[in-house]
This record gives sequence, C-alpha cells and structure tokens, in this order.
Amino acid sequence: MSAVPPAAPLAAFDVPREVRDAVGDLLAAYGLLIDEDKLEDWVALFDDACDYKVVTRENVEQGLPNVLIWCDNKDMLSDRVHSYRHVNEYNLHWDRHVIGPPRFLGQQDGAWRFEASYALFQTDLEGASRLFSVGRYRMAASVASGAARLRSVEVVADTGLVPSLLATPI
Amino acid sequence: MALAVDWQRDDYSRVPYWLYHDEELYAQEMERIFRGPVWNYLCLEAEIPQPGDFRTTWVGDTPVVVSRAKDGTIHAFVNRCAHRGAMIVRKTHGNAPDHVCIYHRWCYSGDGTLVGIPFRKGLKGEGGMPADFDMKAASPRKLRIANCCGVIFGTFAETCETVEDYLGAFGMGMVKRFFHKPIKILGYSRQLIAGNWKLYAENLRDTYHASLLHEFFVTYGVDRATQKGGVKMDARHRHNMNHAYTATDTQEEARAAYAGQQGVALDRMQLKDSKLLQHVPEFADRMNLAAPAFFPNGLLIQINHSLGTRQIRPKGVGAHEVFQTLFGYADDTPEMTRHRLISANLVGPAGLVSMEDGEAIEIVQKATKREGAAATVIEMGGRGPVKDLAHRVTETPIRGFWSYWAELMGVEAPGGIR
Repeated sequence: MSAVPPAAPLAAFDVPREVRDAVGDLLAAYGLLIDEDKLEDWVALFDDACDYKVVTRENVEQGLPNVLIWCDNKDMLSDRVHSYRHVNEYNLHWDRHVIGPPRFLGQQDGAWRFEASYALFQTDLEGASRLFSVGRYRMAASVASGAARLRSVEVVADTGLVPSLLATPI
Repeated sequence: MALAVDWQRDDYSRVPYWLYHDEELYAQEMERIFRGPVWNYLCLEAEIPQPGDFRTTWVGDTPVVVSRAKDGTIHAFVNRCAHRGAMIVRKTHGNAPDHVCIYHRWCYSGDGTLVGIPFRKGLKGEGGMPADFDMKAASPRKLRIANCCGVIFGTFAETCETVEDYLGAFGMGMVKRFFHKPIKILGYSRQLIAGNWKLYAENLRDTYHASLLHEFFVTYGVDRATQKGGVKMDARHRHNMNHAYTATDTQEEARAAYAGQQGVALDRMQLKDSKLLQHVPEFADRMNLAAPAFFPNGLLIQINHSLGTRQIRPKGVGAHEVFQTLFGYADDTPEMTRHRLISANLVGPAGLVSMEDGEAIEIVQKATKREGAAATVIEMGGRGPVKDLAHRVTETPIRGFWSYWAELMGVEAPGGIR
C-alpha cells in the first residue's frame, strides 16, 4: 500500500535496552513538551543538523514530495517556533499527544531509525476536544550516555484534511 | 423559494450576515452559482497526462470525475451512477480503461457514458432491463470542459461565454503567465475551514487584510502594502488579482507606514535561516506575489517561488475545504525543486503567511450566526463603482464579487453597480 515500504523491523534482541529506554524517554518528552507549550525545549531535543518535516499520507502514497512544514536544520525549526510565538495568529488551543511504542527499523549513520504512531487531540479554551491528527512518526535519533537526541522527524499524517489550520508542531 | 436580500446600498458595501448561514440560500448557490453560467476550476492537465488517467474533484458540493479517454480527450462528468446513485469512482486518482460502479457493476467509458449493464437482457429470457431503456440518455450528466494552457475548467451551463471571454484578458494573461511552460506536480494540501465558502472567496479579494493579519509578510518583508502593487479585475469584476512587485519599497518607507499600527511590528526579529525567503524574480513581470482568483472556486497563487492552484470545495453552508495543488516547472533543477518545497512553508494549512485565514474565517462564522440582519462593512478603498487600483489598501474587489453573485442569484440591489 505504501509507496515507501518500511524496512523490516529488527528482532527485539538487536536493540540494546539502553537504546529502548532512551528512545522511550525521548518520545515521552517529545509529546509532553509540545502539550505543555514548552516548544523551545522541544526544539532542544533535536541535533543542530536535524530535519523536521510534516507530510501527508496522500502525497507519500503517490510519491509526491510536497510538505506542510519542512525545516531542514535547527535554525529553521527555531524560526518556526519564534514565528508561532510572535508573528502568527491561530486557533487558541491546547494540544494532547498520545504516542505509541517505537518500532525499531535499524541503524544508519550512527543513528537509530524507528517509527511510532501518534494521535493528536486539540482542546479549545472552552474545553471542547477534537481529534486533530493521526499518523506516524518516522524518526532517527542518536543515543549516547543513556540519552537520545533527534536527528530527523518525518511526520506522515494520515489526516491530510487539516482541521482549521496547523500551527503548533505535531 | 424566492430570495430577497436587503443590501442597504447599491454598491454592495453592506452584506447581511445571513447570507453566510442560510441553508436554503446555500442550496440555491449550488444551482445558480456552481451550475450556473460560470467556468469552475477542475484540475490541471498535468495530473492526468496518460489515456485512462482520472482525478476526482468537486464542483460546488457535486462530486465530479475528470478523466482522459483512450483517444486522449479530456472529459468531466458527475460522479454518480445512473442506476442507484452510488459514487462511481471512489479513489482520488488513478488510471482505468473504464469506470465500474461497485454496487451492480454498471460500467462507464472514460468519457462518462454508460456502456454496460450486467444481465441487461436477463438470464435465459427472464429478468433484465426493459428493451427500450436508453443507456446513453441515462448517462451521468457531463460538463463541458475547457483546457486553458493546461488548466481544466468545467461548466454545467449549456450556453455561456467562452472561457476566454469569461476569464477576460487579464485572467487569460495570468493563466498563460503561470503555465507558460510544462509543469510538474509537487503535491497537495487540504484544509477544512469551519466557515461559509464565500468567506474564503472574499478573503482572496481582500488585499487589505494580507499585510495586517499575515504579520509574517510584513515582519520579514515578503509583502507589504508599501510595495508597488494593486488589484486588477475583469470587466465584470467577478475575478480579482492581488499582486505586488518585489523590492519596490524601502525598509524606511515600510517602517513609517506601519508605525503605530496595533499588533504589527517590523524589525522585531530576523530569521536565523532566511533561505525560505530567497527570491530571484522568475517571471518577466518581476512580481513576487500574484494571486488571480477566478469566480467562483479557483485561484492561482505565486508567493516568491511557491506556485500553486487552490480550489474552494463547499462542504455544507458552514464549512469548506481548500484544496491546494503545488507545482514547479518540468525543467526545474533539483535545487529549484528543493527551494520550491522549502517555500511551501509559506502556504497551505501550516503556511507562515496563510494559516491565519482559517482562524479569521472561523471566528467570523462563529460570531455572525445570531445576527443575520446585521451587515458587514466593506468600505476600505471607497464606496461606489468598482475599479482597478494601483494600491492595496482596499477591499473593493469583494464588492465586485457580491455584485456578480447577486446577478447570478437574481437578487441584485435596485440600481446595483456591476
């Protein structure tokens, strides 16, 4: 079905316990920092040479490269957050990420590659919640001294029909 | 039901809010506007290059298939089976020699003609369709299409202006500008905005809001009202183009003009990575912003090196989808393709200079529901006749939109301007 089939997942014993723990912690921090509106701290989860992209499944399935967001280094990611803080107007809301466990795909250039499903809910200031986006993360992270740092994040959103607008990161 | 609209003014500078909320009015719009004497934007020819290629699209809230038949000709037809009304084509796109409805396998050729009915003559002399059932006459309704430089327009009207006359000299000129050489599709984005479709059509004709709501434009000098630019319309004022020329104002001029404007700040910050805004004029006219909007549902848009089309798809009276197709040129270098994709950060549902429209429209829809007889004020840029302008502190083209909308809906203001 997918135009870019994922690599076969590694057997569990191929991934050291330390890596699994570090990536688990990273995913938990990733979602909660966005949900707590600590976007600058969320940016700090990334390496300087990083890549953050939001694409839709509709485009991926067709092999089309269009992006909703593409920051190909940490400066651009930081610019996005600054723009969100000071320049853009958007629907006032709280985010809530629910992120599934990672499936490891292998190692490349010193980073672990893994995928995880996400569901992102939005709640408006009067308390009404809605499902905002579901999809999967395709991530790569380096792990050293028990801590993981993000090398790349590709958000493949099943929810290509964006409700209202997309301001805070997925 | 006969409509009656109290316009208050003959120049459409007042529009009562119930026009964004009324279900009956919405139903009539689907007939009189989208199935009226207009050319709707359907899709791009580059999306269906091969015989058998098809795309599903919408005209108003009517599902439509655009398909390239075996002989290479392009056709559009209503995506509804002649038999029981099921949607014939369920995918967004694909390639098929013909189209078969899954329900009872009625079969349609690439041009939408009904060509096959299983058990039409029954089995062993029993059952089957009446012998006089006319398959051709029962076929789904077809649209007339026009291919303008690779942009496919369609109309339900038996007779209406040619597409050249409909778009006018400026509209045709802009289609030729955007599609002066072969393109390649970069992909799509979709956004569902909880507001009436006309709020989006108006937004495209409101150049006043651009540099105020979309503060990124001003802060980083992508587009400021102090740049050379303006609005152009066709003779009937139903289409509009907001446009601006790159590097035609100075930072000092802009700073003076925006001084003291609440909530708008220049020089507040610099981008750490400004490649997003790198722009080398690629059109002879040197415009860095060009957004010709075609009544009722189409838009071509260039912001720096981001190129695209948008289609407004009404989804009931209180919502619409904005369907955006981004493209580059077939001869773009890999570096240019990458730059166009980086430039896509500016547009679409997450666009740094477009995300705000979704919010602005939704808060209008929310706040106007209960006071239908109250009216919006459209006087920025002046009252009276609608004219092209060499500045952009205006929302005059919105009045042009309403004038033509009123004509098609049969509710023009007494002595209303055109």
